[in-house]
Amino acid sequence: MTTITHEDHHDHKPQGFLNRWVFSTNHKDIGTLYLVFALLMFFIGGAMAMIIRAELFMPGMQLVQPEFFNQMTTVHALVMVFGAVMPAFVGFANWMIPLMIGAPDMALPRMNNWSFWILPFAFTMLVSTLFMDGGAPAGGWTLYPPLVLQTGDSFIFAMFAIHMLGISSIMGAINVIATILNMRAPGMTLLRMPLFVWTWLITAFLLIAVMPVLAGAVTMLITDRFFLTSFFNAAGGGDPVLFQHIFWFFGHPEVYIMILPAFGIISEIIPTFARKPLFGYTSMVYATVSIAFLSFIVWAHHMFTVGMPLGAEIYFMLATMMISIPTGVKVFNWIATMWRGSMTFETPMLFALGFVVLFTIGGFSGLMLAIVPADFQYHDTYFVVAHFHYVLVTGSVFALMAGTYYWLPKWTGHMYNERLGKWHFWLSVVFVNVLFFPQHYLGLAGMPRRIPDYSPQFADFNMLSSIGGFAFGLTQLMFVYIVWKCARGGETATAQVWEGAKGLEWTVPSPAPFHTFETPPKIDDSVVAHGNHM
Amino acid sequence: MKKENTLLVGLAMTAAITVVTYAILVAPGFLTDSGMNMTEGVTNSSKAVYDLHMIILWICIVIGILVFAAMFTSIFLHRKSRGAVAAKFTHSTKAEIIWTTIPILILVVMAVPSTITLIELEDNSNPDIIIKITGYQWKWKYDYIDEDISFYSSLKADSNAARLTGANIDPTTVDNYLLDVDNRIVIPIGKKIGFLITADDVIHSWWVPALGWKQDAVPGFINQAWTRVNEVGVYRGQCAELCGRGHGFMPIVLEAKSEEDYAAWLVEQKSALTVTQAETQRIWSKTELMAKGEAVYEQQCAGCHQTDGQGLAPAFPAMAGNPVTNGSISKHIDIVMNGSEGTAMQAFSKTLTDAEIAAALTYTRNAFGNQTGDLIQPATIAKHNNG
Repeated sequence: MTTITHEDHHDHKPQGFLNRWVFSTNHKDIGTLYLVFALLMFFIGGAMAMIIRAELFMPGMQLVQPEFFNQMTTVHALVMVFGAVMPAFVGFANWMIPLMIGAPDMALPRMNNWSFWILPFAFTMLVSTLFMDGGAPAGGWTLYPPLVLQTGDSFIFAMFAIHMLGISSIMGAINVIATILNMRAPGMTLLRMPLFVWTWLITAFLLIAVMPVLAGAVTMLITDRFFLTSFFNAAGGGDPVLFQHIFWFFGHPEVYIMILPAFGIISEIIPTFARKPLFGYTSMVYATVSIAFLSFIVWAHHMFTVGMPLGAEIYFMLATMMISIPTGVKVFNWIATMWRGSMTFETPMLFALGFVVLFTIGGFSGLMLAIVPADFQYHDTYFVVAHFHYVLVTGSVFALMAGTYYWLPKWTGHMYNERLGKWHFWLSVVFVNVLFFPQHYLGLAGMPRRIPDYSPQFADFNMLSSIGGFAFGLTQLMFVYIVWKCARGGETATAQVWEGAKGLEWTVPSPAPFHTFETPPKIDDSVVAHGNHM
Repeated sequence: MKKENTLLVGLAMTAAITVVTYAILVAPGFLTDSGMNMTEGVTNSSKAVYDLHMIILWICIVIGILVFAAMFTSIFLHRKSRGAVAAKFTHSTKAEIIWTTIPILILVVMAVPSTITLIELEDNSNPDIIIKITGYQWKWKYDYIDEDISFYSSLKADSNAARLTGANIDPTTVDNYLLDVDNRIVIPIGKKIGFLITADDVIHSWWVPALGWKQDAVPGFINQAWTRVNEVGVYRGQCAELCGRGHGFMPIVLEAKSEEDYAAWLVEQKSALTVTQAETQRIWSKTELMAKGEAVYEQQCAGCHQTDGQGLAPAFPAMAGNPVTNGSISKHIDIVMNGSEGTAMQAFSKTLTDAEIAAALTYTRNAFGNQTGDLIQPATIAKHNNG
């Protein structure tokens, strides 16, 4: 490898595509790589969702075989969870954490490069299973045995891809923790950190705690399949339900891994556009820690119907209901932040407000799902599909959109097209509800999830949902256009960008120079959002 | 901002959000029986579950209206374009204690009836009748433990034919499309029915919404559930746990009969069993085999291989001129009994009687232009089965 000589140290980017992007150790470039990759995956996963919605447009099988339909639901979920949402948040972490805490870069820049570059290989392998004999895995993203063990040749490729994603996530998490705990500028105490940094610190601990658990579960599947172990095979003394316990011990913290950084982004945006400090900063931090803790002790609420003892069902119901308390605190604090503020409604704020309303609706259906007797009806129906898409699409994805519009001027040095941004929001928010709200009705009326065809009694709402789905999918092309145009040019952004914005990232020029904070910034209450006045 | 002003806007917002909620949730018939809400079902448990669902739903709706009203009030009043100047407050211990305590109280209110209903639902003691349910890819088997009755229940043939990709059969012309089976599970009303639920291959989940619950069927383990149906009727459900490519095609049809009708059904089933045994013993004529074979073929095989025996390329081979239907009998028996690895051909040895298999084999070897002249007797199949 050639070394790059830095004659002019400031803003001297590495020469050539390979050096700049493939061998990059710069947190901003790696952040960009993560974000572009996540966007690509969002459209690949989205295309699969379009196939699903097209097949479900009418009763009867018109387009695909049931087996292929199951492959679509499985790979759609894996791509969206591990390829789109998680890497997008890591991209935000890479870009923003050093800028927000006054660090010159991430603590472990080479590992940073590696944790990104694992992803394209892992996903090439995962998506290539679609073209293998027997097709891609079709047992659902939850990989429940014995069904997943019936997967054809692609089984081992998918399992290895998941292992690689886990390694990437763990390395990313180590990097985030090392950066936040060691690289904060003098004076940037923990309780002065922006909430986005706090939520990512907690998320990183969740990742380190649970990705090895997933790796363990996947490894046991591999040995059951190839080395004749019987972890999950009843005939050999194992237990298929054991897998579900292990998977959801990973899986429940995993869903918070996808929402906590979203809480962080929303907690940055609302104060900026309300021109008022975040209400209850410390209680926000404690609420995040509580949610993270609770996420480890509620896993079995994903499996109330597997036949658990009564005591376990009661325990997991009550523990799950408790999550609504810290989550409620967050929603109340956001509203209290807006209260008596001086609000404006630029695109990031619109997406943040959309998040607060629609995520709360997802929270309500989550509370309903916690009630075990009612869950006996809701479980594995479209009600659940509606629930987790409200928290993941109008939750996580809306927060990612909000964050992108919020920091895009800082990244590119240009303002995006506000008119188009607002159109993007309003079309998204209308169609996403047309897409997912009717799915509540379908689930309550008795439509199971993961079925390729259905009884005609479900036809009307499925067609409505599909129309919403196609329109929502098309609307996202606007997002690509807006971001592309903004990267290429546009009105020059100031360093401050937003009138009410506070925090270290707004003290550096827009676009943020290739190297920032090579000498630590001086921290005082006038630049940080959360000072000692707490 | 003046106090009255805030209150006024707050009330207006609450009213507006209530109207919107009403329009989305209530007005389209959400609370009536229009296929948008959970069914009340036909058991005391299912009604308890429905009531619980409605209580929680209403609590969520009321909280939602209040929270969103506060938010939209703020959005309306506290906007820069109306000249609002931002206040400086950053926290309020009093407010935070209030909005932590109230949700805890609400949760307690929810938890009590939920726990009571749950305990009732899980009381599997003293059933009057026990039925074992076994999930297979992709059908159900019902064993009436004390009655020596046992049968499989799979998707009805007309649904099965219409559900094939590119079948070009309008699903709305099929009775109870995807929700109809060949053999229904039958129970008497008013009796406590205990279910023992398990699976043979992968995990399935047995769900009839009208009973108010679903229960996973896990291979190697037996789960318990129970019901006591109050009303005579036919109640439909589906497998609720992804179990492979046929997951959407293994419905459940439960028929609740009066006690007398149930007793009559038991007698009928037992005499059918005797007939089946007799059928295996005796020697059949070609006409008999061909007639029965045509019926079995239509019910079990035509969904894929088509009524005219021409199949559906590329997945479903034609029976006409097929090397298997025209070749070695033992290989033909083997494929029909045990299925064919890596194809859609399933194993029929457990689903069909010896006589049915013998008839279907005879029929396919002598129809669609196939002229092997072979006669396959039920006894041959029985022998194949045993060794």
